[in-house]
Amino acid sequence: MKTLRDAAVGETVAVLRLCGAGAVKRRIMDMGITKGTSLYVRKTAPLGDPIELTVRGYELSVRKADAEQIEVE
Amino acid sequence: MEYKIALAGNPNCGKTTLFNDLTGSTQYVGNWPGVTVEKKDGKLRGHKNVIIQDLPGIYSLSPYSLEEVVSRNYLVKEKPDAVINIVDGTNIERNLYLTTQLLELNIPMVIAMNMTDLMTKKGDKVDMEKLSAVLGCNVIPISALKGQGSAEAAEKAVEYAKNHRIGERPHVFTGSVEHALAHIEESIQNAAEPENLRWYAVKLFERDSKVEDILKLPEEVKSHIDKHIKDCEEEMDDDSESIITNQRYAYIGRIVSNTVKKKSVHGSLSASDRIDRIVTDKFLALPVFAAAMWLMYYISVSTLGGVLTDWVNDTLFGGWITNAVTNALTAAGAAGWLQGLIVDGIVGGVGTVLGFVPQMLLIFFFLALLEDSGYMARVAFIMDRIFRRFGLSGKSFIPMLIGTGCGVPAVMAARTIEDERDRRMTIMLCTFMPCSAKMVIIAMTVSTFFPGNVWIAPSMYFLGIAIIVLSGVALKKTKYFGGEASPFVMELPAYHIPSFKGVLIHMWERARAFIIKAGTIIFTACVLIWFLSNFSWSMQPVDIESSMLAGIGGAAAWFFAPLGFGSWKGAVAVISAEMAKEQAIGTLAVLNGVAADAADAAVSAGIAGMFTAVSAFSFMVLNLFDPPCIVAMATIRREMGSRKWGWIAIGYQAAMGYVLALISYQLGSWMFFGASFGAGQAAAIALILMILTAVLRRPSKAAGEVQMAADRI
Repeated sequence: MKTLRDAAVGETVAVLRLCGAGAVKRRIMDMGITKGTSLYVRKTAPLGDPIELTVRGYELSVRKADAEQIEVE
Repeated sequence: MEYKIALAGNPNCGKTTLFNDLTGSTQYVGNWPGVTVEKKDGKLRGHKNVIIQDLPGIYSLSPYSLEEVVSRNYLVKEKPDAVINIVDGTNIERNLYLTTQLLELNIPMVIAMNMTDLMTKKGDKVDMEKLSAVLGCNVIPISALKGQGSAEAAEKAVEYAKNHRIGERPHVFTGSVEHALAHIEESIQNAAEPENLRWYAVKLFERDSKVEDILKLPEEVKSHIDKHIKDCEEEMDDDSESIITNQRYAYIGRIVSNTVKKKSVHGSLSASDRIDRIVTDKFLALPVFAAAMWLMYYISVSTLGGVLTDWVNDTLFGGWITNAVTNALTAAGAAGWLQGLIVDGIVGGVGTVLGFVPQMLLIFFFLALLEDSGYMARVAFIMDRIFRRFGLSGKSFIPMLIGTGCGVPAVMAARTIEDERDRRMTIMLCTFMPCSAKMVIIAMTVSTFFPGNVWIAPSMYFLGIAIIVLSGVALKKTKYFGGEASPFVMELPAYHIPSFKGVLIHMWERARAFIIKAGTIIFTACVLIWFLSNFSWSMQPVDIESSMLAGIGGAAAWFFAPLGFGSWKGAVAVISAEMAKEQAIGTLAVLNGVAADAADAAVSAGIAGMFTAVSAFSFMVLNLFDPPCIVAMATIRREMGSRKWGWIAIGYQAAMGYVLALISYQLGSWMFFGASFGAGQAAAIALILMILTAVLRRPSKAAGEVQMAADRI
């Protein structure tokens, strides 16, 4: 099982499903990361965390710990 | 009849610019009842009877964040007469997500599609008419920054508000979800107002506990609804909240592909991308960040801000106004005590408040610049890794930095932090950084009692940082600050050049909040302390030695005895240092028979006899880490938004200062000055153990705090 955390910088991945629950999960979905959405991993922050993604045409940053909750292919 | 029009939209969609444009100078900024979320309203230009209500910038109407709960409560309960939904055309999919939720509220609505000029530049085309038809409400292209189309959108909203025009609701949900929603609507018909049926049905489907509480449905209806939801969840192999979100985005995907023609952008880098390449680059990010922070600090604290604040304090209030008022009062033959009250109490009090204003304006100017340009989000992106380890936000860095200059603007700067928990903790901790007034205490203590010592001064800064870090770690393990981490899922908006007017308005709003709200408390406290230090219990004007303050100091002296300076003089100095930190030294000088403005050497000689080296060190530590001056405390109280939180912060700081002073005096005199080990030392060691336990213990499990805060409203 591959998660968004494992995706390399420069890679484009598609969301398989979201794990977790509650506020964080809802926030991630509200921001447009839903099943089937394609995510482009733009870069890692200078200190190694969080990461920056392109989602639905805009830039979003998520922590690696939260990225781990997003299964991708 | 008065009409209310709400502005709703995502953060960074240009909502504030549009609001400023529509309301001009009539806006009023306050807080939403019960919470510290900003509430802004103003009259629509050219319409005396139309109020524009600016809602907080939100991405969704979920029940999880304070801003979202505030907005949905307003929309559902107060039902504005119309809504203007601002949609950022360059980020259309995510912006329309909120639109699909707003349309369920059955309020007349106009969509103002912003940044259409940027879209044209990029080569994107939107079929406005088709989009209007699909969504059942007018879509009007605007450019808030250039003021194009704003008036037209507002006029349309006023028209809709007057004739209460609600378009046909778009068909967002499909198949079994729509089926289940229809069933839910039917079964709650008796419990909810007809215009809110769809909204409640969707929320019940999402198992939104807040709506469940409001509707108070009978058990059999609840289980009936639950069965529908479960059937749906089973069929679609997902939880109900995800099903709704997925369907919304799927719907948006369909309409966007039918109405928006995006020019493919592959291979070309936008200006924003190019800036980001440097600003968040692996190697350049930190140097760029340091340079930006240094520049802000240098101009607003060290140079220009410092000069202006000194000028207001020393020349304007200390010289001109004081002299003018004194002369006028003498000429009028006013009594001595009345002159004292007016000149030292009132003019001094007002001066204390206004003295902070120039520095404050400059800091707010830079903060507005950082926020409006989009760099603030990058600050959080760069610093998040460090700060979240001790329960703070990446944006906490700025208040801490400003805190080394002055705690008052530092507390105000915490406004840039959205999460209430992070913001409260930042406010509580940022004044532990020694400010410039505390430098006076450090300098005098070192030069008098530890001449030639070079490590005490810098080590006070490290101690400040250590206290912040350890407090963060310990507080994060408490019930309130612990619980579920606030989601750090943050948009990095495209950079843009902020509008000068917007920055100025932003700056002025914050400065005004300080002057009016904190100013009244500060003014009262200044007059009170002036009164206590100039009058005896029999209401005779006296010198400070025989004043009420000296009496209070004498009564409180026992309290400071464990810290090594149990004399009334020490106690009075600590109390008067709460007026302004540098007065800790000035008051000591006066009490020891030296003029407060005497040369440093004379002050040194005057206070040298009062302390031993170790008790002087403890006096310094207490004054550095106990609650900051009255101005900062008033600001903390105001920015916390509740009396309870104001007292928690100040109580925490008082305990911290006292405990640290006690530990340094008791252990210092035992380890370095040959005192024997006794009860004091044992207490100091016990306190250290307590601190270690608080830092190292296992975190207490608590329910999500946002939930708790949101439940209050």
